[in-house]
Amino acid sequence: MAERVGIYVCHCGSNIAGMIDVEEVARWAGQSIKDVVVSRDYKFMCSSLGQKLIEDDIREQGLTRVVVAACSPHLHEKTFRRACQNAGLNQYLCQMTNIREHVSWVSTDRQKATEKAKALVAAAAERVKHQRPLEQGFVKVNPATLVIGGGIAGLQATLELADAGYPVYLVEREPSIGGHMAQFDKTFPTLDCSACILTPKMSEVGQHENVKMFTYAEVEEVSGSVGCFKVKIRQKARHVIFEKCTGCGICVEKCPRKVVDNVFEAGMGYRKAIYTPFPQAVPRTPVIDTANCTWFTRGKCQVCSKVCPTQAIDYDQKDEIIQIEVGNIIVATGWKLFDCTRIPQYGYGRLANVFTNMEFERMCNAAGPTGGKIVLRDGKTEPRRIAIIHCVGSRDVRHNQYCSAVCCMAALKFGHLVLEKTKAEVYSFYIDMRTPMKDYEEFYQRLLEEGMHFVRGKVAEVTDAARLPDEQGSLIVQVEDTLLGTQRRIPVDMVVLMAALEPQADAKELGLKLGISCSMAGWYTERHPKLDPVATMTDGVFVAGACQGPKDIPASVAQGAAAAARVAGMITAGKVTIEPIIASIDEQKCSGCRICNNLCPYNAIEYDEEKGVSRVVAAMCKGCGTCVSACPANAITGAHFSNEQIAAELEGILWDAIADGRPASAAPDGSKAPQSTPVGAA
Amino acid sequence: MKYAYYPGCSLECNAAAYDMSVREVADLLGIRLQEIDDWNCCGATEYFSQDELTATAVIARNLALVDPQLKQVVAPCAACYLNLKKTDRLMAEHADFNQKVNEALAAGGLHYRPGTVQVRHMLDVICDDIGEAAVRDKVVKPLNGLRVAPYYGCQVVRPYPGDENPEYPMKMDHLLSWLGAEVVDYPVKAHCCGGHMTQISEPQAFELIRRLLQSAQDYDADLIVCMCPMCQLNLDGYQGRVNGYFNTEFKLPIVYFTQIMGIAFGLDPKKLGFGKELVAALPVVRAKVNGLAAQAAQ
Ligand SMILES: Cc1cc2nc3c(=O)[nH]c(=O)nc-3n(C[C@H](O)[C@H](O)[C@H](O)COP(=O)(O)OP(=O)(O)OC[C@H]3O[C@@H](n4cnc5c(N)ncnc54)[C@H](O)[C@@H]3O)c2cc1C
Ligand code: SF4
Ligand code: SF4
Repeated sequence: MAERVGIYVCHCGSNIAGMIDVEEVARWAGQSIKDVVVSRDYKFMCSSLGQKLIEDDIREQGLTRVVVAACSPHLHEKTFRRACQNAGLNQYLCQMTNIREHVSWVSTDRQKATEKAKALVAAAAERVKHQRPLEQGFVKVNPATLVIGGGIAGLQATLELADAGYPVYLVEREPSIGGHMAQFDKTFPTLDCSACILTPKMSEVGQHENVKMFTYAEVEEVSGSVGCFKVKIRQKARHVIFEKCTGCGICVEKCPRKVVDNVFEAGMGYRKAIYTPFPQAVPRTPVIDTANCTWFTRGKCQVCSKVCPTQAIDYDQKDEIIQIEVGNIIVATGWKLFDCTRIPQYGYGRLANVFTNMEFERMCNAAGPTGGKIVLRDGKTEPRRIAIIHCVGSRDVRHNQYCSAVCCMAALKFGHLVLEKTKAEVYSFYIDMRTPMKDYEEFYQRLLEEGMHFVRGKVAEVTDAARLPDEQGSLIVQVEDTLLGTQRRIPVDMVVLMAALEPQADAKELGLKLGISCSMAGWYTERHPKLDPVATMTDGVFVAGACQGPKDIPASVAQGAAAAARVAGMITAGKVTIEPIIASIDEQKCSGCRICNNLCPYNAIEYDEEKGVSRVVAAMCKGCGTCVSACPANAITGAHFSNEQIAAELEGILWDAIADGRPASAAPDGSKAPQSTPVGAA
Repeated sequence: MKYAYYPGCSLECNAAAYDMSVREVADLLGIRLQEIDDWNCCGATEYFSQDELTATAVIARNLALVDPQLKQVVAPCAACYLNLKKTDRLMAEHADFNQKVNEALAAGGLHYRPGTVQVRHMLDVICDDIGEAAVRDKVVKPLNGLRVAPYYGCQVVRPYPGDENPEYPMKMDHLLSWLGAEVVDYPVKAHCCGGHMTQISEPQAFELIRRLLQSAQDYDADLIVCMCPMCQLNLDGYQGRVNGYFNTEFKLPIVYFTQIMGIAFGLDPKKLGFGKELVAALPVVRAKVNGLAAQAAQ
């Protein structure tokens, strides 16, 4: 029996109708495509009236297939599928085709756009006739969650979930949780002590009965999908037995090997070869840095094991792989600092008294390498004039186009600390002052009143090539002051570069493991930039904090909480639907060659030794189709993407190239074509 | 390797030392230079500021005259290099302008299709085509002990920096280190020397020259090497006037990078054009390069 197809062409206001003659598309489809019994255009198909059109036609005209030509299926496929289901038609018998993003928004020629829309409608119509009703499956959601990254965003997400009673695994790469916030002295705009507000959260996480923390660990491998991920975690060898160590710190005290601390102290201070990154570290268990420990490098020492009162030191400890199962994953891996040597004209690495913002943070910190004193690289001279240069590596087409969002405020914070702690004059060299969040502009006003100097202009260079007598021995900041309209040379003793926030070096690699993508700049891409900021295109994987783009602490905390709320919602629902669009193997045809087994990127194909055939695990298959195209015996079918469906789609799209200028299945003579139905005539 | 060679006017007069040393060094490194037959002046900075079409046509004539067998032209002078490169780009990027230029060329029976000839600077040819190993291989008198400040100026690194950082180029630094010299990492290596500003406003020009000399001296340079006749003229020829104007006592020899290469390669200083500079370079080179003084005394 022939199918009865309904076609619905959306105007999307003027979004589509402005570039495509939608009425003509609907008229043409009604006349020229075989089996079409209704063809309409309508202002907004996604409105309730638009949906009702479809539902009524299914009931009254007995439609067996529906095509909606409108926007991206990402936005409204669910809407139209639901409409069909409501009217008793299996939702997989509804096909959307995108004539907005794929046609009207990217076209400038109305006639050509209209022709392209016709081809897409024909393709969808031909394909939909071959589609089969499918039923969705369900998987139970494992209530445990994996949080990757123990910065402020990850800590917030962890606590929200753990407090709600759900188990959380927290994986942090460094020996302690805390992230960048642990390095700061004060936080803008309120100037509260960073450690004072952070460490309570850290110890809460450390002691929470629902949290299992893996520090000095990384995610090795992720398989499975939403509801039932399987994760392998690499616990790097600490060489200190976690269960035995009491955190007394005697080993650290006695270790004779001092090492420059390039991570926590930003290269400004030292740590030992056995160390915890900072005094309030969670956990307190130290790690041995084997690249620097003299026992590991030269076979001498073992002082730590001699002094340890609980015999917790274990030089033979090996990396360990731990397997866990979780229902959802929250990624909160934060940011890394721009390498300032990439802008050599600012002199970092060459001129001693040019500092990065993170070096300056450590210098301001009372627990830092200078005990909170602001001094030159010699460790004692107090600077008389300090320049703070904004946008170093940000808002610069040669490096990063984006604004790093936090550095203007951090520069103001630095200005305040300088004025509070020293008698120095402090200059901010800014392009635009970006202080848009709550109480930020007020903080800027405050610094104007406190006497920080503001020079608007991008600094050309920082140099020690003096020209004038009063420049001798100084660093000279050469800048075009765009408010005065003049070039200025300002001699200073110290320069602080507000280096950009950049994506973590391994962001892409981790993204691949998790099946989430990065933007051009390298930040993780959210499902929707406005309406779904913490979800990703992969169900069950969420992002929070600065790994999704530069942001301040309040925004990172908000995202951490938001991601946790999304996960809690999934756990409460208890199950997630899984798309029936998956592959299946015909056991009769399968020769057992096992080619597909290794090709599947989701490890979804298992092998039945007894029968000698491969089998797809429905819950793990994502329907990518890799195996379908690889099977030499043609034994694998991708539901919803069968060969005949795709061939029909191709024939549809090539309708005008096919011999008689009609879609392959279109009636050869106009007489048999169905009646076109004028808009609203039904 | 064979290249078309465009010496330019300076290399025939004030920068004869550059021409001599380029030819000597090229010879030794197996770079075959075939001078363009009947080449004409590139117009320096002046033509372009008068009339773009005329300037371009005059320069394009040189590109049109390149032996069709050769795909690359080498210009040691920074201004010539930039003008040739700019001409090729302008013609490539603007079809109607290209047509006008070719109409002008046609009057002389010539034609140039943009992109046919690749314009290269001598420094790039030595560093990129010949490379570190081959250069090191030729060093017989390493410049150990000589503190050399590389001076790049503007026109080779801006606006077409290639793979260099236009604010902080490194190629000549690397080359000098291959020769065994101590490379002076001073902050003004790509700052402007003032170009023809000496003809317009001496105070401005002298200040620009002074700060280059000052910074090199502050960083204990024995010598500055440059890659442009204009830079050499300003820093060397005007050094005395600058000293008079500012009451300074600079005495920094300024030579071309190919000259110092020649020394490291053991070539005859006379053939490299030493002695043509006003602040004498050889005595400094002999005094500083370990072992050279003894050799010279023998
Ligand atoms: C100089 C400076 C000063 C600042 N001052 C302030 C301020 O005063 N107030 C304010 O609101 N904001 C400030 N910020 C911004 C603040 O740093 C960020 O908002 C905050 O760090 C974002 O937190 P996060 O948890 O997203 O990332 P992070 O703090 O970067 O934490 C990420 C964590 O994930 C871990 N990690 C990374 N990759 C992996 C991996 N593959 N596996 C496991 N773990 C991983 C990291 O080790 C780290 O612990 C400042 C920024 C700068 C540069
Ligand atoms: S064995 Fe290594 S970590 Fe332990 S005290 Fe010696 S140097 Fe430090
Ligand atoms: S926040 Fe300010 S300093 Fe940072 S990139 Fe944006 S404008 Fe530049």
